[in-house]
Amino acid sequence: METTTAEHIIWQEQDLVRNEFPILKQTVNGRPLVYLDNGATTQKPVSVIRSMQEYYTTYNSNVHRGVHTLSQQATAAYEAARHQVAAFIGANHHEVVFTKGTTDAINLVANGFRKDILKEGDEVIISAMEHHSNIVPWQLACEEKNAKLKVVPINDKGELEMDVFRSMLNPRVKIVSIAWVSNTMGTVNPVKEIIALAHEQGIPVMLDAAQAAAHIPIRVHELDVDFLALSGHKLFGPTGIGILYGKESWLNKLPPYQGGGDMIKHVTFEKTTYNEPPLKFEAGTPAICEAIGLGAAVAWASKLGIHRIQAYEHQLTEYAIAALKAIPGLRFIGEARHRSGAISFLVGDTHPSDVGVLLDQQGIAVRTGHHCTQPLCDRFGIPGTVRASLAVYNNTEDIDRLVEGVHKAVTLLG
Amino acid sequence: MMTIKEQQDRIIEDFEVFGDWMEKYEYIIQLGKDLPLIDPKYKTDDNLIRGCQSKVWLHAELTDGKLVFTADSDAVITKGLVGLVIRVLSGQTPKDIAEADIYFIDAIGLTSHLSPTRSNGLLSMLKQIKLYAIGYQAKSLQN
Repeated sequence: METTTAEHIIWQEQDLVRNEFPILKQTVNGRPLVYLDNGATTQKPVSVIRSMQEYYTTYNSNVHRGVHTLSQQATAAYEAARHQVAAFIGANHHEVVFTKGTTDAINLVANGFRKDILKEGDEVIISAMEHHSNIVPWQLACEEKNAKLKVVPINDKGELEMDVFRSMLNPRVKIVSIAWVSNTMGTVNPVKEIIALAHEQGIPVMLDAAQAAAHIPIRVHELDVDFLALSGHKLFGPTGIGILYGKESWLNKLPPYQGGGDMIKHVTFEKTTYNEPPLKFEAGTPAICEAIGLGAAVAWASKLGIHRIQAYEHQLTEYAIAALKAIPGLRFIGEARHRSGAISFLVGDTHPSDVGVLLDQQGIAVRTGHHCTQPLCDRFGIPGTVRASLAVYNNTEDIDRLVEGVHKAVTLLG
Repeated sequence: MMTIKEQQDRIIEDFEVFGDWMEKYEYIIQLGKDLPLIDPKYKTDDNLIRGCQSKVWLHAELTDGKLVFTADSDAVITKGLVGLVIRVLSGQTPKDIAEADIYFIDAIGLTSHLSPTRSNGLLSMLKQIKLYAIGYQAKSLQN
């Protein structure tokens, strides 16, 4: 089987992969660091760190402006990064807008819909598992326009209720904006089906791919998705950079988000004409170094192969779930059939923050709390969860340490 | 009644005997479990200090010129730490509380619990205690 071979190679390569992340070679509170907070941010391989250092050391300059050599080099590298990211998600480069991150990208689209598209009585569909960043921008837009924010419910396993979703689609719905992967439960949503159903009624779809990008292959044209947002720092790249993918027709249609340099064609005090997308949405000096770092990050991930990363993480997730299941009193929050490596759990009646503090004492980094999904935690009637979220550089030793750490924490709290 | 400084020094001394992190946290957890800290009628939304990680309820009452605090938390480690803060500050005058330098948390190696990231309950509680103290101090100056 082809996939087995591919998985096998990654298992053998795993030490090498891990070796490329200098930050992982340290002790925290006297123990070798176990980093399982990848849903919050991933660590950076040497190639990303080097690309950013090289930029500031040798060709730091502003882009799209100067005729001098350094500026041309910086512009070329910045635009090359756009091409790299476009190739990574299967898009054309002019459909890729650099943003500050996923939140910024969602705000850009929500703001455009608020200004030019949403009208009183219209509807926007999100889901019960959304991150606050895919709730609040739409809430603001709907409030201003007297439109309705509709929420697709989930079942107890943390899967979207697709029948309900189907029944919610109607001509008043102006956009569906849904997470590809739930940051709290790891649920992988049936995005292909969601897009097909929405498109049947002519409704555009935006995907929050923040938790998908480092784990699942993204092909935007094959998906036929209208908008997609992701963050560089959750994809082995730097913070402060992300992208909005938008279909060309949509990027032409949406109004500019912010005004400033770089996004204009011609300015007089009476009237300004705007640059073509994507520059229309990139006002001011962009995060040049970060964009270059993101380019290096997707190059790194592509070289390893997102398909292989996915296959490896799938095995590691299964290993982790089986190992955690053996802890008495442990229950998972989110048990979707299709899932990724963000694993949320609670043990007995212990508070997630107590477990998190005691894991930290053992050098294990997890996330605890509501993960910016308060409505989801309310849905389950819980104060939050302990979340271990995997990345390709994690291994079975990390999982073993986590299980041992949870045991110790629960004993202390017991 | 010990002063705020004496209370803090006593806690620092208590913590010196612990050999490792497990003993330290065992003690804090026990403290959290042992302390019936607040009258249920004061566990209201008004008294709730929301942190990203855990909830803390804080009630303040002025008795004979002394500010008395009772508190609770839904997380037991936070509750233990809250218990320590109350041991140090409760029953002191608003003036002393307002002017107090709280150094014991740092000294016993628990500074991470005060990190301002997404305001955890303990830091918010300390701020709230200071606000109460300043408020009562201002009030007593007016009278």
